[in-house]
Amino acid sequence: MGAGARLGSGLAAFRMIAAMWIRSTMAYRFSFAMTLLANFVVTFFDFVVILLMFSHVEGLGGFDFTEVAFLYGATSTAFGLADLALGQVSRIGRRVRDGTLDTLLVRPAPVLAQVAADRFALRRLGRVTQGLFVLVWALVLVDVDWTVLKVCVVPVMVLSGGVIFGAVMVAGAAFQFWARDAAEVVNSFTYGGNTLLQYPPTIFAKDLVRGVTFVLPLAFVNWLPALYVLDRPYPVDLPFSPSLTAFLPPLVAALCALLAGLCWRAGLRAYRSTGS
Amino acid sequence: MDFIELEDVRKVFDVRKKKGFLRRERHEVRAVDGISFTVPRGEMVGYIGPNGAGKSTTIKMLTGILTPSGGRVRVAGIDPSRERTRLAHRIGVVFGQRTTLWWDLPLIDSYKLAHRMYRIPDARFRANLDRCVELLDLAELLAVPVRQLSLGQRMRGDIAAALLHDPEVLYLDEPTIGLDVVSKAKVREFLRDLNTSAGTTILLTTHDLQDIEQLCKRVMVIDHGRLMYDGALAGLHEIGESERTLVVDLERELPPLDVPGARVRRVEGPRQWLAFPASASAAPLVTEIASAYPLVDLSVREPDIEAVIAKMYADRAELG
Repeated sequence: MGAGARLGSGLAAFRMIAAMWIRSTMAYRFSFAMTLLANFVVTFFDFVVILLMFSHVEGLGGFDFTEVAFLYGATSTAFGLADLALGQVSRIGRRVRDGTLDTLLVRPAPVLAQVAADRFALRRLGRVTQGLFVLVWALVLVDVDWTVLKVCVVPVMVLSGGVIFGAVMVAGAAFQFWARDAAEVVNSFTYGGNTLLQYPPTIFAKDLVRGVTFVLPLAFVNWLPALYVLDRPYPVDLPFSPSLTAFLPPLVAALCALLAGLCWRAGLRAYRSTGS
Repeated sequence: MDFIELEDVRKVFDVRKKKGFLRRERHEVRAVDGISFTVPRGEMVGYIGPNGAGKSTTIKMLTGILTPSGGRVRVAGIDPSRERTRLAHRIGVVFGQRTTLWWDLPLIDSYKLAHRMYRIPDARFRANLDRCVELLDLAELLAVPVRQLSLGQRMRGDIAAALLHDPEVLYLDEPTIGLDVVSKAKVREFLRDLNTSAGTTILLTTHDLQDIEQLCKRVMVIDHGRLMYDGALAGLHEIGESERTLVVDLERELPPLDVPGARVRRVEGPRQWLAFPASASAAPLVTEIASAYPLVDLSVREPDIEAVIAKMYADRAELG
């Protein structure tokens, strides 16, 4: 089966399984509405922390409040989208441990799609909604000389960011085929990365910023494109011109997705030859 | 052409044992060590052997879950590990120890998903589901979340799920493990009917010799990853000279009973264990004992597969 056909059947399987879970949660509409609201509120507290901070200080690392809100909204939306679609893959370690992965391997659908869509929960839309809310609010208030390119960069940034986070989740899940208890390590990269990106890069040590730019390219989720929109210099030297940062996120995202796909395949192949 | 073909199939696992803090010792485990057999379409075959003999590993290679380390596997002309999803449309799999149903959802949801995932035509799906619901007694269970089903109910639910897409072959890995007598009977009856009426090829692994006795004309015995026997069940009993055990409770302690056609293996107070050939009937033996001794109670124990295989080994060692 070619890569295109595989992707098609994966998406079809994801849609079927997700629809099944949505129907089952919709059987209890009130409970669904409450968990959605709870999800929204819990993630909103994240942002309240930043709000409180700005009631005491004027700026953070040279960024004003609306600019930090812009960074926050962009990464939260991207992370929320990735979590909605692929958050469940981190449970693969458990499936490898207890052997239930075998039952997925006898169905005529790609395993990744089955794992990702398992227990699909629309309540996780709460995080996406909250991120979008902050992002739109920041875009209205932030002081930017808007150009057509800058306007285009914003949605591309959010979507590419979602793909980058998703790729990290899948690569992390693939790692669990070998290290079955690595779920927490992976979470520190995804959840931890999301928290990191909520703040401006100028407040972190330069080596850390270099790490998330060149090693694990989380900086492409929001820092680089957002700093382009805000006309601010990046705190570490880049091997390419700053104006390029507007175009790089989709390329980086595609590369990350490719690498994550290869990791997943290698992981699954290792499982199928060792049986764990 | 045979439906299932295995040719010198091997599966080697690398097992690492912890030795001290960081040092690990590696050694190879040959779970399946050069197995060849063929199964024609429509046959019902029992695949038996003790724990860790390689039964499940073989099933996993036949379904494409595991890639063989060597040899050649073909099911319906397809190489399972290379074309896993294509093969999935043509096979049904039931794992006794773990369910393929969706754990937290009502049973019917698993079937509806199978309907779409296997792209089963509507009329076909309705007919198959109705038939399974009727024969496996599932009507009351369809709205119940799978996690609330008893083991026997779940097993019946699993068998139905494996059959909705009209598979040409059904693999069952320990389908009666842990089931009560009534559930076992129901499952066996259904499988026998499936094999005769739909012509579905069935390969089942089991610990329970009765499964084989009641279902399969052909039986394969595997141990230590090798095929020890392939043929009729009767032949296996002959080779293994397996014995059944008659446990008798007497009114009082007596010296070992003297009954023709049986020998006393063990005496413990008023209870005695008598071994007799599996091919012989228990009835004359019981009559004999009841007429000559003060009998209180008795029960017959079937030979277990471990005993049969142990016997096979012992005989070979004597011959060799």
